[in-house]
Amino acid sequence: MKFNSQLMEELVTTYGPSGNEDNIRIYIKEQIEDYVDKIEVDSLGNLIARKKGNGKKIMIAAHMDQIGLMITDIDKDGFLRFTNVGGISPYILMSQKVIFENGRVGVVYVEPIEDISKLKLSNMFIDIGVNNKEEAENLVNIGDICIYKPDYSENDNVIHTRYLDDRVGCYVAIEAIKGIKNPKNDLYFVFTVQEEVGLRGAKTSAFKVEPDIGIAIDVTGSGDTPKAKTFAVGLNEGTAIKIKDNSIITHPKLREHMVNIARNNDIPYQMEVLEHGGTDSGAIHLTKEGVPTGAISIPTRYVHSTIETASKKDILDSVKLLIKLLESDIQL
Amino acid sequence: MLLKKLTEASGVSGNEKEVRNIILDEIQDFVDDIKVDRLGNIIAYKKGKDNPKKLMITAHMDEVGLMITDIDDMGLLKFTTVGGIDKRILVSKPVLIGDNKVLGVIGAKPIHLQKREEWQNALEIEQLYIDIGVNNKTEGEKLVSIGDYVIFNSQYVEFGDKLVKAKALDNRVGCSLLIELIKEIEDIGFYGVFTVMEEVGLVGAGPVAYTVEPDLSIILEGTLCYDIPKLDSHLIPTHLNKGPAISLMDRTTLFDMEFRKRITKIAEENHIPYQYRKSSMGGNDSGKIHTTKEGSVTATISVPCRNIHSPTSVMSKQDYENTYKLLKTILLEYEKGEL
Repeated sequence: MKFNSQLMEELVTTYGPSGNEDNIRIYIKEQIEDYVDKIEVDSLGNLIARKKGNGKKIMIAAHMDQIGLMITDIDKDGFLRFTNVGGISPYILMSQKVIFENGRVGVVYVEPIEDISKLKLSNMFIDIGVNNKEEAENLVNIGDICIYKPDYSENDNVIHTRYLDDRVGCYVAIEAIKGIKNPKNDLYFVFTVQEEVGLRGAKTSAFKVEPDIGIAIDVTGSGDTPKAKTFAVGLNEGTAIKIKDNSIITHPKLREHMVNIARNNDIPYQMEVLEHGGTDSGAIHLTKEGVPTGAISIPTRYVHSTIETASKKDILDSVKLLIKLLESDIQL
Repeated sequence: MLLKKLTEASGVSGNEKEVRNIILDEIQDFVDDIKVDRLGNIIAYKKGKDNPKKLMITAHMDEVGLMITDIDDMGLLKFTTVGGIDKRILVSKPVLIGDNKVLGVIGAKPIHLQKREEWQNALEIEQLYIDIGVNNKTEGEKLVSIGDYVIFNSQYVEFGDKLVKAKALDNRVGCSLLIELIKEIEDIGFYGVFTVMEEVGLVGAGPVAYTVEPDLSIILEGTLCYDIPKLDSHLIPTHLNKGPAISLMDRTTLFDMEFRKRITKIAEENHIPYQYRKSSMGGNDSGKIHTTKEGSVTATISVPCRNIHSPTSVMSKQDYENTYKLLKTILLEYEKGEL
């Protein structure tokens, strides 16, 4: 399998913050519609694509939303104030370029402060290069959401870009959709909304799908950078099979099954015990009467920054593991 | 007057009976179906012509308050808070305790006896007590029991330029709006729902949404207002007298953009003033409603209330009237199938 750079770049550069996922949903739909039997969009905006099979009903969730900034105020000079949509650090946001759905670019800066530790989202603003409120209001409305302006780089080994979280999960799911010809199991690929604000899309879509098994595909952190906190996940060490995070302890038999699949197919893997953060799996496994759920994670450095970094090899290994898993006979 | 009756009633989370009875009494002749569910939520239904989308309008009945936890040897009462209460507002306030509404006052060490460093910090709840004017524990136990709910003793008063001061404007103002809608609107079908225990974690709303299965919901609220002039405009969540506040996002919901834009467009077309609720803090019943079962679309429309969660909340009657006008107009659009 070759790394599909074009798909990856298009995924991470398509607009789609939490609560406004229309553009990315349309993009993903175009990528997959020839490879699935049925596509639905639910009332929160989750994209649910089914590849029919006779085995277990499996829900594969990758969230398509991104973190961003929602405009709350436009001042008389046309400067914008905002609140965060998802986990945004003011230190990472400082001096960044942002882009709105309509393509308008702005830059983020801060009111004069003596002490950098006083940097807060509430004393920062966006300059969209206008002269007054009226000009600003012609371009941007209160309630609009902007995202970090795309900036994609790739070399032989890694990708550096904003929004690997979780467009890399969407990449893995899309490549699996394309790679699976005759599904053994009944597959529901769900590209979820509003993960970054609390796993909301996964909750409602899992209720609708009623899966026998859930699999979330998302980024995880890494412990392989200078003086990083101890975390036994690193880049180029293979796909990561989640044991736990703050939202779930994965189903032990499903996890064991995933490990066996990786071993039997010589897919490099590592076990992930994440102390913070959660994924859609957290919402899926508590749906209705409970759903045995696991997660495949893509080791990623600098999560939620503008320079998230992941290894192409790990991404391909994640695709391989997902395909082999979905084509296997899963007995729990 | 309805809002006076509602705000002066006792209805701390988990003890909404008095408020519920007022509401049932007000609306029962104006609805086609009404029930109180197992948690105490009121689910009322008004029939109308068929509409492809099921609309639910909700307001929570409960208010923040206190609960008695202990009666000491002198007959002074210890208490805890129910819902989000700023402990700094408690000292020296008169309160009413239990079903019999026993009068008490929240007392603390006099300023003369406090050390200078004690002035620096607000008194902790542990340092406060409620004095009900008895001499010992036995006398106290005759009047109140552990577990009794406590409300602020605060009358509904109109003052100034069409302003209202009352306790529990959050969210009796929403209840009042919804009651008036139910009574006035004819031949438009919708669910009118009054929920319990919003202030302690949106408890009633989830089960209600599970029962009703709405496609669209409008959550009516009294929301925070802090519009002092020295504040930068982006730090002001809502202003008094600038009309109903439409929510953008809070901790529990990213409000559906299309529905929100539809509502602001309706307001603009009908020359009804509105503002956005600029804060992303707080949350409301929408959080549970929009994620119940397969999910649904919600909006929140609020009347701004200064000094929210206190005995002296303040709202503007003009905002109330404009909120009501907006709701009525939204219902007319809904009837036309244009929501």
